[in-house]
Amino acid sequence: MTTETNAAEQRPVIGGQRPGGRKSARTGRRSSEGGTLNVFSHGILFVWALMVGMPLLWVLWSSFKSSGDILTTPWSLPGKLHFENWVNAWDKANIGKMFLNTLVVVGGSVAGTMVLGSMAGYVLARFQFPGNRIIYYLFVAGMSFPVFMLVIPLFFVMRDFPGIPLLATYQGLIAVYIAYSLPFTVFFMTSFFRTLPTSVAEAAMIDGASHARTFFQVMLPMAKPGLISIGIFNFLGQWNQYLLPMVLNQDEDKYVLTQGLANIALQQGYEGDWGGLMAGMMIAMLPVLLVYFIFQRQVQAGLTAGALK
Amino acid sequence: MRHGKYRFIVGFLALPLLFYGIFVISPFVQAFQISTTEWSGLRGTAKSVGLDNYAKLLHSDEFWNALRHNVIMLVLVPIATLTLGLFFAFMLNVGGKARRGAVITGVRGASFYKFVYFFPQVISITIISVIWFNIYNPDPHDGMLNSLLGAVGLHSLQSSWLGVKSIALACIMVVMVWANVGFYVVLFSAAMASIPREIYEASLLDGANRFHTFFRITLPLLWDTVQTGWVYMGIIAMDAFALVQIMSVNMGGPDGATDVVPLRLYQTAFRDSQFGYAAAMGVAMLVVTLLFAVLTMRFARRDRIEF
Repeated sequence: MTTETNAAEQRPVIGGQRPGGRKSARTGRRSSEGGTLNVFSHGILFVWALMVGMPLLWVLWSSFKSSGDILTTPWSLPGKLHFENWVNAWDKANIGKMFLNTLVVVGGSVAGTMVLGSMAGYVLARFQFPGNRIIYYLFVAGMSFPVFMLVIPLFFVMRDFPGIPLLATYQGLIAVYIAYSLPFTVFFMTSFFRTLPTSVAEAAMIDGASHARTFFQVMLPMAKPGLISIGIFNFLGQWNQYLLPMVLNQDEDKYVLTQGLANIALQQGYEGDWGGLMAGMMIAMLPVLLVYFIFQRQVQAGLTAGALK
Repeated sequence: MRHGKYRFIVGFLALPLLFYGIFVISPFVQAFQISTTEWSGLRGTAKSVGLDNYAKLLHSDEFWNALRHNVIMLVLVPIATLTLGLFFAFMLNVGGKARRGAVITGVRGASFYKFVYFFPQVISITIISVIWFNIYNPDPHDGMLNSLLGAVGLHSLQSSWLGVKSIALACIMVVMVWANVGFYVVLFSAAMASIPREIYEASLLDGANRFHTFFRITLPLLWDTVQTGWVYMGIIAMDAFALVQIMSVNMGGPDGATDVVPLRLYQTAFRDSQFGYAAAMGVAMLVVTLLFAVLTMRFARRDRIEF
């Protein structure tokens, strides 16, 4: 409160008359302060950029080096481009298979999360009915459950599920990814649908559209910006998911990228096919990097959206 | 019409609630129940033991050792991450050279810096762990960090990093800070951009330097975001599982120096098949997380500033 009053009180002074000399002296001091600060801030910002960027670039150029070179001269650029690392990773280290597994699982679960999440969000945002608040808070509460507490019972729920095999299957992993993405997706989509104007939907209803048709043909297209943000959020989160597949997907044929790479790294220690592992990590990162390069602003906005609300 | 409305509501909520109920809510409830049993996972063999698992937990040195490491992370990692995040965000948005008559300017290339800083957020924690495993390679010539230190003549600072009991945990925490600073730079930048420019200009005209501007204006106006960020970061610090599992010597070593509760839980359940005891650890994690969130909200509360 104090800050605001102060600022408000000071404002007229800016517009008011000041002795010219004093004003220019101040401006001079400020710009010299700005100059040193500018050099200083650029220096620090640049150092941190190097600290973050170098290790990532290192993966890229190491993926073209022989394993021996990666270990003995970690900082050198590749003398000769070993493209065979990428081929080896894809074929021999099974990265290709894991990539396809991940694609199938994440493709299915992102689509499912978006459909179910926006359906629930729409109903919770736009309809009054007994139990609305309870269901909303039930979903929101899910954001604070530690996943580690849930994985033990979840493992047995999946193992003992009647009729459909869920452990180490695509459908099981997809179902779990959807369920664990719903809390944030419902929370986000509910607040998004609340911001949309009601008049368009009302007009569609008056024209005779059913509730379902209004949702799919009028409301969903209007919610596109929100759907893109939350879609990117879920894609990144599910592509990089590690704990759930490690517990629920212990069949090597069904491995997704994160657990497969961890498995390779854990087995080989400081020896082994590092060139292949680096190439494998690059393959695993490519889709994510692609999304990040194209949608940089949406990715940053989407991932921080939860904390800004 | 009314009838149609309720049919629509039920139709749209049924599937999401079904998925959520089966895979999230029911495990949540069952966790408490399993934690009161002794169970190796075979169907129908769970033996009720009351609160014995919790008593065992209270007297387990291994558990307290792991929990102590989580609490250390819970305190230090958010402090370091948020401080760096605020600092960089302030530099990016206010640290620039005055130009074009504007009093407050961001540095040139601010969006490039944000792009780079945010990078670790989009890649998998597994990949981050493998990268840092190589950075911390203990060999004085082969290790990335060690060879870099050697090249600039700081041979005395070379170390086995993750192999040294006294600094192994710090090494893990550095990775967490490294990976998460970018998130807070972007978050705080967005929050700073919503502070009206005139407030800064007014304070600068009144002779406040940037140091004062930061502590008297930026920080108080960002306090809500800082508080939320603190809770977020604390929850990340409660995890640390993948980093420790992939990077540390002998999973949680050397000699238990990097052990954390999630790793203890995972091994108790899926290596030792003591599911009841592991479930009790899970409930303990929930309690610690909630305690942390409540304490943060309580002690960090300030009057909200409207602007």
